[in-house]
Order: sequence, then C-alpha cells, then structure tokens
Amino acid sequence: MSSDDIWILGISMTKFGKHPDLDKVDLAAQATLAALADGGVTMRDIGVVAAGTLMGMGEPIGQMVQKQVGQTGVPVYNVTNACATGATALRTVIMAIKAGEADMGLAVGVEKLAGAGLLAGGSRKEAGDTWQPRGRYGAVAPVDGRIGTEIMPGVFAQIGMEYGHRHGGTSFELFARISEKNHAHSTLNPLAAYTKRLTLAEIMDDVMIAYPNTRPMCSANCDGAAAAVLVSGAKLRTLSIEQQRRAVKVAASVLTSDPWEEGCQVLPNVNTLTRNAATQAYEQAGLGPEDLDLVELHDCFATAELVHYDNLMLCEQGGAVDFFESGAPWRDGRLPVNVSGGLQSKGHPIAATGIANVWEVCHHLRGEAGDRQIADAKVGLAHVIGLGSACGVHILERAAA
Amino acid sequence: MAEQIPLVDYLVLGDEPHLSAHECTTCGARFFDRRNACAACGATGFTTAAIATRGEVTAFTIVAFAAPGIPVPFVAAVVDCDGTSVRANLVNVDPDPDHVRLGMPVRLTTFPIGADATGTEAIGFGFEPAA
Ligand SMILES: [Zn+2]
Repeated sequence: MSSDDIWILGISMTKFGKHPDLDKVDLAAQATLAALADGGVTMRDIGVVAAGTLMGMGEPIGQMVQKQVGQTGVPVYNVTNACATGATALRTVIMAIKAGEADMGLAVGVEKLAGAGLLAGGSRKEAGDTWQPRGRYGAVAPVDGRIGTEIMPGVFAQIGMEYGHRHGGTSFELFARISEKNHAHSTLNPLAAYTKRLTLAEIMDDVMIAYPNTRPMCSANCDGAAAAVLVSGAKLRTLSIEQQRRAVKVAASVLTSDPWEEGCQVLPNVNTLTRNAATQAYEQAGLGPEDLDLVELHDCFATAELVHYDNLMLCEQGGAVDFFESGAPWRDGRLPVNVSGGLQSKGHPIAATGIANVWEVCHHLRGEAGDRQIADAKVGLAHVIGLGSACGVHILERAAA
Repeated sequence: MAEQIPLVDYLVLGDEPHLSAHECTTCGARFFDRRNACAACGATGFTTAAIATRGEVTAFTIVAFAAPGIPVPFVAAVVDCDGTSVRANLVNVDPDPDHVRLGMPVRLTTFPIGADATGTEAIGFGFEPAA
C-alpha cells in the first residue's frame, strides 16, 4: 500500500428506521463507537473529526458526539452540503489526512427524520394587505405551486421526464419497475428501514405524490447514522495484519458543484456535476465503469436512479433505459445497483446517506455482506447528490490479498 | 379597470404579455432573477431580453401532494421557449398524463390570482396548449 493512499479502517451504520427512544446524538455515538470498534481503534487515535447533520440548524454535532464518546481536543469540522453532507464529511477527513494534518480521522453523519413529510416546498408566506414585490424575482405572492413546484418528488420527477424527452423510452411503468428492483433488493438488508418486497401493481397503485413518482418511489424519511474511520497508508502499515486485510482503499474521492448551464436555474441539472464527478473519480482511481462490481447511487426518487445510470457512465450516453431493461442493475445482473435497497427502501436519513452508501460497498468488498453479498466484489462506487448542488463520488477498492 | 401588478417582476403585462430576462451583455446567458454578476462568465453588465411566448414542454410533473394551501393537482413544467428554459405551470389542460405530454407545443397565458386591500389585481402566468 502506498503511503499516499487513504483507507477506510472501520465503518458502520445504525439500523435505519424509527428510533423514538434515541436522539440524534445517541445515533451518531452508536455509529461512531461501532466504526471505532470495527477499525480496532479508539477516539485517542483520531486526529480529526468531520460531522454532519442537515436538519441541525447549525448545532455543533461533532462536538456533541465527542462529549458522548471522547473529548480529545482534536479539530472538529461541522459540515452541511444538502444530501451530500455525509460524503462531504468523509471527504473533509480525507483532505485533512492527505494534507498531512492527521493520520487518522473520523467522519460521521446523522439525521432524525422519521415521520417527516415533504422536506421542501411551501415557501408560501401569504402576502400582507397590499401586493409588495419581494426577493430576487420581485414576487408579490408565494410562487410554489403557482410557478412550478419546489417539492423534491416533483423536481426529480421532472428530471426523469426530461431524460425521457431527450432520449425516449421512459414511462410511468418503467420508473415504477426501477423502484420494484430496489424494494426487492431491500428484503436482504436487515438494516434497511423497509424490507417489504412490493409488486409493480402495488407501487403503481400507491398514493401519487408527483407523477410519475408514487410514495414507494420516493426516498423514505427515517432516522439513522453512519460513521467511518479513515487512515493514511503510512499509518495503516503500522497496524495489524488483520486491520490491513479488512481495510478498504479509497481509490477516488471527488466532490463537485454544478457548473452553469442554460436551464439549470429553472430546473436543477443533476446530470453534469455527476458526470464531472464520475469522470474525475474514474481518472483518480485509474479504473472505469467496466471495473465496477457494484454501485450505490442516489436514488432519492425512482426517476433519479435512471438518469444516474447514464451520468455515472454505467451505460452509453442516452442508454439508461436499455441498461435497465437488460436487467444489469438487478443484484444478479451485470452491474448491480443499489443492492442495499437504495434510498427508497433502505431509507434516507440525509446526512448519514453519503457514509452509509460507502458502508454498503465496503461490506461487499470485505466479503461480509451475508445473504446479499455480491460474489467476489473487488471495486464499488458510491454516489450522492444534494440539490444546490453538490455531488460526491467515492470509488472503493478491496485490499489486495 | 383595477390596477394590475405582475406576480413576478419578469412578467411584463400590457397588450402583449411576455416574460423578460436579464441577459448578460458579454455571453448572452439569461436569468429571471436579479444577479450580482453572471453565473456563466462573471461579467456584471445585463440588458433586458424578451422571451418567446411560445414553446415546447421538455419536462413536467403532475403534483398531487403539496404544502398546505396549495391547490392540487397541478402541472409543473419546464418549457423551452426558443432556447430559453422557463419554469411554469401548465394551465387550461386536464392535469393527467393522457392530456399532458412531453414535446407538446404551448403558449403563454396570463390570469388574475387575486386582489389586495387596495383593489390592485395580481396577474400570474402559465402555459396552455397551443394548437
Ligand atoms: Zn455572462
């Protein structure tokens, strides 16, 4: 192992779902202690902490966790980056280790969202007695629902529909079948929030949120946390053979934002920044999509999963529908996608997601994924996207035997 | 006739209602909201550009579940107006997938959304099917 490489030494996620008796700090502490134990280290070994919680209203979640698991005085970076918050925490630690400021660090993300409804939209504060232009659009009244929609199921519905307009082949049923795949995968994941296999009819007949996304085609709001311990290659060489054997190499770690494009201010463009991140990640790793054994991508809605097949270059440009129709992204297909169940069934505790998807990939690379193990997995990719926008891509590689 | 005010300042009322954008004088990028500088090239000079009132639907969703107080269902869409993407609702069309389709030609339309205490009427906009 090269001294310059960064490795995941320990990683963990809590069960996603409803945790009425645990607060956010309990969940984050649980994930942290499990990640430390998984790596065979303690808080005394950690030189830097990055922590995220999106719905935290600026609370110092990293320090709050330290107070439960070990206040060692090391620097803490509290980060938020929409749905890419967890990946941003991970990447912050990776940058600190690369910069030589620490040889081991902890990244943790946590959210309490069970029972939350729509997480955006309704920016309607009804106007006063007289129409008064306000804000950068000079609006005299709230625009959500009057000029398009602000709700995420509706925004991502349009993103999937736009792909269909450009390349053809999409339909309500196609999007529902993507969801059917992920719900089927979830039955093998004991940490998923929902593990019920749903039939295509059950998915299509469920409550419509924003056509073509019905309720089971939307990411599930839930509670959960995930944490990872990262280590430099130089430090890892000083650790035990067993620690070295289970360590997973971070072959690429990339974060991008959305470059300006016509139209991106009207409907977020989640495509270009994902493609840019994937391009950089493949280059960093010296690997291509053909080398991947599994992918965890940001299926915040069924309509989003489709476009990311293309953005991550798992298929030819414009070929996402054919890729899905070929059966490739099913767990027994050529390139399994979201074998965890994805955000639609595993759940989406926002700031935990960008670490939990890395955990899923690591689990397979270590050969520890039990019933849902993808046989002989050597390389995997984890992708998240947060609107605003931020995209994180990590490529993970199994330690050489 | 009661006084009128547009829902947003980029809706221009009058005999030929249309949308207008801030257009970067350096690179031509268009923005509906006020900008400090151009997101495409960084220049700070803007002029006003009238947006075509006809276009084609490039993306849509039918919102069935929204924040309290927002009437549903409604159709939210992106309309390509001669190269400029516009966000708007589709109106005067049944909000179901049998009547709304990708690629459908549409045109701008305006309508009152209510009056304030002084009787001033706010005017909103949407796009409706064009033959
Ligand atoms: Zn410009």
